[in-house]
Amino acid sequence: MRVSPDEMIFWQQGFLKLNATILFTWGLMLVLALGSKVITRTLSTGLKRSRWQNLLEIVVTGIQKQIEDVGLSQPQKYLGFLGTLFLFVAAASLGTVIPGYEPPTGSLSTTAALALCVFVAVPFFGIKEQGVGNYLKSYVQPTFIMLPFNIISELSRTLALAVRLFGNMMSGAMIIAILLTITPLILPDIMTVLGLLTGMVQAYIFSILAAVYIAAATRVRKPKSEPEANL
Amino acid sequence: MDSTTMIALESTIIAVASIVIAGITTGFGCMGPALAEGRAVATALRSLAQQPDASATITRTLFVGLAMIESTAIYCFVVSMIVIFANPFWNHVIAQSAGK
Repeated sequence: MRVSPDEMIFWQQGFLKLNATILFTWGLMLVLALGSKVITRTLSTGLKRSRWQNLLEIVVTGIQKQIEDVGLSQPQKYLGFLGTLFLFVAAASLGTVIPGYEPPTGSLSTTAALALCVFVAVPFFGIKEQGVGNYLKSYVQPTFIMLPFNIISELSRTLALAVRLFGNMMSGAMIIAILLTITPLILPDIMTVLGLLTGMVQAYIFSILAAVYIAAATRVRKPKSEPEANL
Repeated sequence: MDSTTMIALESTIIAVASIVIAGITTGFGCMGPALAEGRAVATALRSLAQQPDASATITRTLFVGLAMIESTAIYCFVVSMIVIFANPFWNHVIAQSAGK
């Protein structure tokens, strides 16, 4: 039984391998990029607008509002990064309605790459917002003793992000594969529908957690501030 | 006892241990998060009934918290999947028997 789409290899030359993960990721990138390009080519500011523009506006304003609710007062700055994370993970799990498709997020390589993006983006936005000194100072809050624990938490939450998404996607695909051998007709369909729901929830959680981490890193500290939620 | 029987015995022990441990890991790993998620949802429902206005905040915090709780169950699941499908000791035994 295949644990991840990494083991489905289409083409191989030397150490270069073209497996299902890379291929489906390229496909998703193509669909997302071309789709937005085609839809935004004919944008209108008037009352009459196309259905696709309406759809994209709902998605973009929805993401913007969620980012703002987390505590980032200027969502425009983070919309590009967080919105891309959400759209990619959501599209990866929504694609399972196409037969023969395997979600690239069901491979640990993809989710580790996404988590590393968050791992780099958090200090990047933090330093951009409050400067190097202030950002580094946040590691010794509330006391100096907490320095190793803050660093460990930075690493462990990156691991948790990667393994959480991977585990959820992989378990969905594996349950469907096991059910196909036991009850081939109806039950796998129901589990696929359930997989669509968990995929959307995971996409939401992944981007919201990234937003929470960025919000915690960019918050400008006052001398006497109330204790903040440590997620 | 010759070495072929030895390897057969070894691989049987490893297979039995892997399957049993995978079952125990998933079983216990689901128990704790299930209790915790039940409590979290129950509390969230109670606060939703008391303060319907704060539903957006409560729901978002609930989802993030559930994801945190659920990741412990996912860790156990991933470990049991590794033990069953990508067991390093199993590969060692296969390599040994191939070297015969």
